Amino acid sequence: MTAVRAPTAPGGVPAPVTRVARGRAGIVAVAVLVVLAAAPLFLAPFATTTLTRILVFALFAVSLDLLVGVTGLPSLGHAGYFGAGAYAAGWVSINVTAEAPVPLLAGLAVGAVAAAATGWVTVRSQGVFFLMLTLAIGETLQQVADSWESVTGGANGLTGVPAVRLAGAPLANIGFLYWYVLVFGVVGFAAVALVARSPFGAALRGIRDNEPRMRALGYSTSLYKYAVFVVAGGVAGLAGSLLVAQQRLVSPADLGFTTASFALLAVIIGGAGSLWGACLGAALVIVIRDALDLGGNGTLVLGIVFVLVVYLLPRGVAGLLPRGGRVSAPRRRRASAPPWRKGST
Amino acid sequence: MAEGVDVSVLRCAGLSRSFGALKAVDGVDLTVAPGARHALIGPNGAGKSTMFSLVTGTMRADAGTVALAGRDVTAMSEVRRCRLGMSQTLQHASLFASMTAAETVAVALQRHDGSTISFLPRRQTAVRERAEELLADVGLAGRGAVVAGSLAHGERKQLEVALALACRPTLLLLDEPAAGMSPAERARLVELLGGLPAGVTVLFVEHDLDLVFALADAVTVLHLGRVLLSGSPDEVRASDAVREAYLGTGHREELFGS
Repeated sequence: MTAVRAPTAPGGVPAPVTRVARGRAGIVAVAVLVVLAAAPLFLAPFATTTLTRILVFALFAVSLDLLVGVTGLPSLGHAGYFGAGAYAAGWVSINVTAEAPVPLLAGLAVGAVAAAATGWVTVRSQGVFFLMLTLAIGETLQQVADSWESVTGGANGLTGVPAVRLAGAPLANIGFLYWYVLVFGVVGFAAVALVARSPFGAALRGIRDNEPRMRALGYSTSLYKYAVFVVAGGVAGLAGSLLVAQQRLVSPADLGFTTASFALLAVIIGGAGSLWGACLGAALVIVIRDALDLGGNGTLVLGIVFVLVVYLLPRGVAGLLPRGGRVSAPRRRRASAPPWRKGST
Repeated sequence: MAEGVDVSVLRCAGLSRSFGALKAVDGVDLTVAPGARHALIGPNGAGKSTMFSLVTGTMRADAGTVALAGRDVTAMSEVRRCRLGMSQTLQHASLFASMTAAETVAVALQRHDGSTISFLPRRQTAVRERAEELLADVGLAGRGAVVAGSLAHGERKQLEVALALACRPTLLLLDEPAAGMSPAERARLVELLGGLPAGVTVLFVEHDLDLVFALADAVTVLHLGRVLLSGSPDEVRASDAVREAYLGTGHREELFGS
């Protein structure tokens, strides 16, 4: 687990491997995991449930960060795959079995398949066209969820999803459910972090920084973007199946534009490309939206937070950390522009 | 210059490309012999950059063919052409803002070292060592940990060359390698290009004629989208037509010095 949460410099580049930095990151990662694992022993049920929702949304945001921050593909339709995974897990739980790995795998598979079916068109477009195409696909998936009543329950949503069963016993206890979500959330995070640090991940960052140059180096960039789109869709589907496990209900809103934009907000607040920053952003979004009693003004507050972050922390929370150990002259404007702001040029 | 179809590294025939009414490249034939240091020169607007894009595959030709080592690559994308051994540096050093020099070269190396691109982290010892070697070859030893965006202009150009060499090219295409360089950086570039392995054929576009005559063993002069002259540096130097293309008729200044 130490390798998983090693610090990444703003922009998602693994910091140079200095033993001290890696050791320190390992200690932080272990400490965070210990605190997260111990949390339900000390927290009230409502707080535990909120923390569960944060974990679910964090995994979803991390999968989006793989697209936005690492590859430079700002998707507005990513909630479509999150929701598709949620519906798949819910449907399988009701109609087949709620036994532990099955709903998860169903969510993962359907998220990935949905992304594979819709991704090829989108990854071949760039900039604003990518944004619009993903938005259109997200909206289409929401329409499908809204109108395919026999499977999705239509506007009422998919209700009556049974609790996840682990070795035959239903996970009705809030604390057990939390640990279940924590374990698979960490597995999903680890998978994304490993991909981001792999040679494939290096190619993705190359595409984000300078796609024409990557083509000139012999990378068929569309193929790489398609691959990461499918991976991100699969992880979003996995997050969707965790969502169902927690709220036992899926509604068309879960794959709509609002959900997608909240996830994008989480990624940007946290600092695109760092992965762990997206987790912090997700926590902030969920706390403001669900946990604080703001009299229905949560979205307004989020909007204000977003404006403040864009002005005060252009690289998000992750941008507050210094670039560890790198030889770096005063930052150039282009180099410091966050990846989601860059055009295709 | 060798004219045989099978021995040429690059052979363009009748290449044409228009932008609206402007024929930027108009029926250009170009043959580059193995091991050549072939320069493509011409006054502004001669079609050098368009020609370069047609050869690399960034731009599609309206007519004509491009053959790489006897193989027709006209319909292939630049990605395929790169995989077949054609590698390029760009006029404006075009690198990756977030990567260090060593990471930049490693990205190119991992694509061309014969292995598949892994989805899981790898140690990549061989790639890292080779990257250090290449950086040292182009005069960037010890600069591997510097973020590409923080390198000096000349250093970025050197990194471009390392990046192009990492693709294991048989044909190296350089677009104005000396553009914007100081005289000292330019001298280093001449040394670097002069020291390239003989197995690598070089075709370069360049404005600086001193550099052209220092490096090239064959020169093709483009003018208004057509080939004005193709020959040895001495032939080009002696040509009145080339002088007129550069300076316009009526001027009698010595273009190339004595």
